[in-house]
Amino acid sequence: MPTKPAGTLYRGREGMWSWVGHRITGVVIFFFLLVHVLDTSLVRVSPEAYTAVIGTYKNPLMALGETGLVAAIVFHAFNGLRIIAVDFWKKGAKYQRQMLWTVLGLWVVVMVGFSIRHLSLAFGGH
Amino acid sequence: MTATIQSPRSGKIQPKYRRNGGSKGNFEMLAWLFMRLSGVVLVVLIFGHLTVNLLVGEGIHAINFGFVAGKWADPFWQFWDLAMLWLAMLHGTNGVRTIINDYAEKNATRLWLKIVLYAATTVIIVLGTLVIFTFNPCPVANGVQLPGGFCPAP
Repeated sequence: MPTKPAGTLYRGREGMWSWVGHRITGVVIFFFLLVHVLDTSLVRVSPEAYTAVIGTYKNPLMALGETGLVAAIVFHAFNGLRIIAVDFWKKGAKYQRQMLWTVLGLWVVVMVGFSIRHLSLAFGGH
Repeated sequence: MTATIQSPRSGKIQPKYRRNGGSKGNFEMLAWLFMRLSGVVLVVLIFGHLTVNLLVGEGIHAINFGFVAGKWADPFWQFWDLAMLWLAMLHGTNGVRTIINDYAEKNATRLWLKIVLYAATTVIIVLGTLVIFTFNPCPVANGVQLPGGFCPAP
């Protein structure tokens, strides 16, 4: 019977999961970026075409999607700065776990602020 | 008979063991560096973009054709958006390239996925750049001004 491998510094721990999160959020952001350049390009078709398609971003269901997208962007941004610190700061590798918790803390603070602002605009009956 | 092994980092590495001696040159190192440099700039560009477009004033409700026309009347926002387009597309393309290299095991699969990726990237970057620089706040079709445009008074 093979035994369960012993734990490592990386596998199953903060380092691995931040890598998984960075990959998934990166792919999500990339595919949105493709769509977003295409929808913005409608300004070259006609003002009405652009305003109609952008209008679909303004309903409450899409506002939830936009909040999710911004959550992905903010995590990817803060964790990206953490990766840069791990690579270039002398003590980066030593403090990578503390920096991940800092990233998650800042992420919560920013997302609470963004969600209150964006969702109250979207659900606030304009 | 004993073989002489140079101590690590002595600078006396045989050519066949040099990491940067391959035909790819130091492309991967430059790609790694680009991800970090563009990443820092993108944090500023995208956080600024989200703040101006979603948080200030009426937020998302203010976005329509006139909003875009107002921004792109200023070269500052044209170049902001241009830098964001190019850096984000190249950063994202390199990220997806890495993912393809990691998970697509067959040579042909990797090749075709990357051909599709680079084609999409080229189309999006060229299209976006043209849209930013050929934007017309007063579009005309068949001699008639399209509704919703911002045209100078006759």
